[in-house]
Amino acid sequence: MAEEVKTQEFWRWPETNWVNPDIDWKKGKVITAGVDVGSVSTQSVVMVDGELYAYGNTRTGSDSPTSAWTGMNFGLEKTDLKVENIDYCIGTGYGRVNVPMAQQSLTEISCHARGANFMYGPEVRTVMDMGGQDCKAIKTDDRGKVLNFMMNDKCAAGTGRGMEVFADLIRVPVWEIGPRSFQIQKEPPMISSTCVVFAKSEVVNLLESGMPENDIMAGYCSAMAHRIMELLNRLGIKEKFVITGGIAKNEGVVKRLEKELGIKTAERVWYKKEYIDRGYPFDTQLAGAIGAALFGNALLKMGKAKSARKA
Amino acid sequence: MRGKRKANNMIANYGFRDGSGDWYVTIDTDKCNGCGKCPEVCPAKILEVGPDEIDIFREEPVAFVKHEERKKIRYSCAPCRPGYGAEPAPCVGVCEPKAISHSEGWKILYGHK
Repeated sequence: MAEEVKTQEFWRWPETNWVNPDIDWKKGKVITAGVDVGSVSTQSVVMVDGELYAYGNTRTGSDSPTSAWTGMNFGLEKTDLKVENIDYCIGTGYGRVNVPMAQQSLTEISCHARGANFMYGPEVRTVMDMGGQDCKAIKTDDRGKVLNFMMNDKCAAGTGRGMEVFADLIRVPVWEIGPRSFQIQKEPPMISSTCVVFAKSEVVNLLESGMPENDIMAGYCSAMAHRIMELLNRLGIKEKFVITGGIAKNEGVVKRLEKELGIKTAERVWYKKEYIDRGYPFDTQLAGAIGAALFGNALLKMGKAKSARKA
Repeated sequence: MRGKRKANNMIANYGFRDGSGDWYVTIDTDKCNGCGKCPEVCPAKILEVGPDEIDIFREEPVAFVKHEERKKIRYSCAPCRPGYGAEPAPCVGVCEPKAISHSEGWKILYGHK
């Protein structure tokens, strides 16, 4: 009998990649890419004439250049398109200055607004990006231009990494926390601190006191929702309101935030109807990379950038 | 009918929120004319004027808070006591189009002595 695995990494979320079966990149005129190297995850997106062609969503490694390459190669894994075939590549995110295959870097704030506009449609007015180690609240117009933004990257409390640490602590896979946080008798009081360090000791105490795991998860999700709300209240929310980033996948946080705000978040589906009809996968973590690829396309069209295509 | 759309209408908030309050320097990039006076008068040298990194299609230079300063703005801005007392902070006072403002963090901090 195989030896039982003693350690498990409950924070490990699955990496995904996809290629669009409806597009032949060789027939495309302009191929642009966006690489969003975040503190926790890295996404690469390739767009052919402004349409989603391929993407890869991976975990960020110990250094930005390697992570960017891993993300890019994973995104291109299912296609014969090579990095040399890309006209213009833009790096964004926390590690944007260290993306070797990129011709330019852009701040993630503009990229997320632009990407959310593409994903959820031009009615989007407020974008809340829940990143791995920061959160950004952005107001945007119908073209995806940033009108007002507020960032909190000073502290990683209540962000994606915080949720990962919590998953490990409570020994529940990170994607199960959302659903399980609703399997409770009544809503418990929220964990009083979202600070990863303080929350960790509080959770250990609660576990020892015999509080059911599901209740602790509910308490942590509430605390995170509350923290997001504080940032949003300062900026002001206008519908259509969307959440991007990994935390958007955690319904335990999203539903509690909606309840606290009294505002629904937009449904997590493509704005383009043909994308839904053809069953293209929707991933909230792609917003930054999609925005970067779209900016590349716009810059080339405006003549503000030159194609760097080698093959 | 939509009103006249302004080209550079963006409010940029640089700073952070922590347990004790909001610590943001806000720049209305629509009003900012890129004159370059605020970096000169800022005693902590946290401001800079250059290309707009958020709105990449903006042609004119704009004032912003330097990257490395954004996470310590609470302490960098503290000596000027923005929002407290009769005199405005140097950057606010020198800005003719009134594009710069501070959040209430410092005002509350120094108001409750």
